[in-house]
Amino acid sequence: MKILRSIGAWLDDRLGISDTVMPLARHLVPPGAKWSYVFGSAALFCLILQVVTGLALTLLYQPTSSEAYQSLQFITHQAVFGRTLRAIHYFGASGMVLLVGVHMMRVYITASYKFPREMSWISGVFLLFLTLAMGFTGQLLRWDSNGVWSAVVAAEQVGRIPVVGTYVARLLLGGDTIGGQSLSRFYSYHTLLFPGLLLGLVGFHLYLVIRNGVSEPPVAGRPVDPKTYRQWYQAMLKKVGVPFWPTAAWRDTLFGAIVILSIFGLALLYGPPELTTPPSPATINTNPAPDWYLLPVFALFALMPAKIESYVIFIGPILTVIGLLALPFVSNAGERSPLRRPWAVFGSLCVVVFVGALLLLGEQAPWSPKFTAQPLTAGLVHSSDPQVVAGSALFYNKGCLYCHLIDGHGGRRGPELTEVGRRLTPGELEIRIVNGGGNMPAYGGVVSKKELAALVAFLGTRK
Amino acid sequence: MSETDNTAPGPTAEDEPRRDFLVKLSLGLGGVAALAVGVPVVSAVLAPLLQADPQTWRKVGTLADFDIGSTHLVKFENANPVAWSGVSSESAAWLRRDSATAFTAFSVNCAHLGCPVRWEPGAGLFMCPCHGGIYYKDGTVAAGPPPRGLTQYHIRVSGHDVELLTAPIPITDITAS
Ligand code: FES
Repeated sequence: MKILRSIGAWLDDRLGISDTVMPLARHLVPPGAKWSYVFGSAALFCLILQVVTGLALTLLYQPTSSEAYQSLQFITHQAVFGRTLRAIHYFGASGMVLLVGVHMMRVYITASYKFPREMSWISGVFLLFLTLAMGFTGQLLRWDSNGVWSAVVAAEQVGRIPVVGTYVARLLLGGDTIGGQSLSRFYSYHTLLFPGLLLGLVGFHLYLVIRNGVSEPPVAGRPVDPKTYRQWYQAMLKKVGVPFWPTAAWRDTLFGAIVILSIFGLALLYGPPELTTPPSPATINTNPAPDWYLLPVFALFALMPAKIESYVIFIGPILTVIGLLALPFVSNAGERSPLRRPWAVFGSLCVVVFVGALLLLGEQAPWSPKFTAQPLTAGLVHSSDPQVVAGSALFYNKGCLYCHLIDGHGGRRGPELTEVGRRLTPGELEIRIVNGGGNMPAYGGVVSKKELAALVAFLGTRK
Repeated sequence: MSETDNTAPGPTAEDEPRRDFLVKLSLGLGGVAALAVGVPVVSAVLAPLLQADPQTWRKVGTLADFDIGSTHLVKFENANPVAWSGVSSESAAWLRRDSATAFTAFSVNCAHLGCPVRWEPGAGLFMCPCHGGIYYKDGTVAAGPPPRGLTQYHIRVSGHDVELLTAPIPITDITAS
């Protein structure tokens, strides 16, 4: 016992735990912060989870273009707890993106970015983008055909940057095609470059929390005045401040633990995303789609008018970054309470609804041909007229069913045709098929006169 | 600094030029060291821009493999695969035999954001699974967001072999549309 105590004393003396660390842990924070302040620390817990599980994954993963796929199969199906490990890392990424988003929203709604915490917000903006970059490069490391095609799509997107686009695309892929050099790059970004930057910035972000103090819960009618704020804040802390550890920190710890346990639960329940086919760029029967947190971006590109798209792809991110970085300078004083800033609350709500709607649309993806549509059955055709039957076969064969819905079968890209026979005359049908228009190809050069007649006959029976 | 107190530690006036020189020397040498290390590091980062992008004729089949009027997915190896590429060095193209000697080859990369387009033989159209881009048989845009048509590869027949000139992934730049 005595020995232990003297070892403890020795360590404390050399490491300065009671001198340096404990005062930090016990620094005073404003009272009443309660539960709305736990999201940032929970995001940090997720980051630590990602670092630890990521590290474990690198022990099993082979970062070469030819072997990554097999090593992932090994991790998922053979390695002891490999499946769970991959799943935790996967859900951990989702958790981190989600919590970073919620944390940011909380900071915006309570205007915690105002004086003197401008740099906290700015470092936070970079942390947000690094988090998304980690998510994106991470899903690429799955290096199945989906991963390969995601790399191509990413290269195409940066390719739209004027002047330097093609070079940046080449840098991203490590060459002018996908190949042995591609995965090494993404692996390095995902396991070394971005995490290095991320951890450094998180340290900075936390240092700023200590330096400027946690923002106090906003009170309506008590605006921030940069001239007096610091003094007022110190005086307030002296009077009513509570030590961070343990008075305020137990909530962070409890919430963090719940988050980690939920991630673990989801991982056990659902497992990691299944790999698709091996990473051959010649495997073209894939439906490249990103993980859910990047689906809104994917959906945005699909729904945007093609004419403005090239511009939006590079101006959009630039404007977003400038807007986010400018925020604490545009409004760094004044009211903080959401009750007095209805427009800020409304704006955040709009962002949530917009991103949520894009996510939903991305999930349903009705803008793509549905290649898995099956030919209409005789029951659905409900006619024995040979021309109508031939027309229904053509309707599948010519790809119409990929985009048009009939009695619940088919794609949703084009208008539903279940009752088209009521809406359009045979003549009108013919014109639409032959000329196309909007998002429909002109089938004039594709179908013969006889085929056209059969198609029109078939569609005419849809009433 | 007093004249008599020359035993005390700390800089003296005579030291100043010397110190000045040493500071400059250390900064200068530090710069040279950073530069020396920086060159190979930056080259590794920029390597993809420094190499030439070679193009190679690759055999994708023989005349007997392709019927006139039909469209096939052909696979070939990209121009400069490294030893550890595995299947990732494969590329593909849509090849159509137009006549006894004439072929057309389209990139499988959609001109929108690069997803792999599929040839639908019944419809006679190329369709993209990502955002609904559709192309006619000749590669021109039929519907959807692609700002330009499908890129074509060079094709030649040498003897009985059908050969294709490999090319970079076509990147659609902002000037398209
Ligand atoms: S990539 Fe083909 S339509 Fe978008």
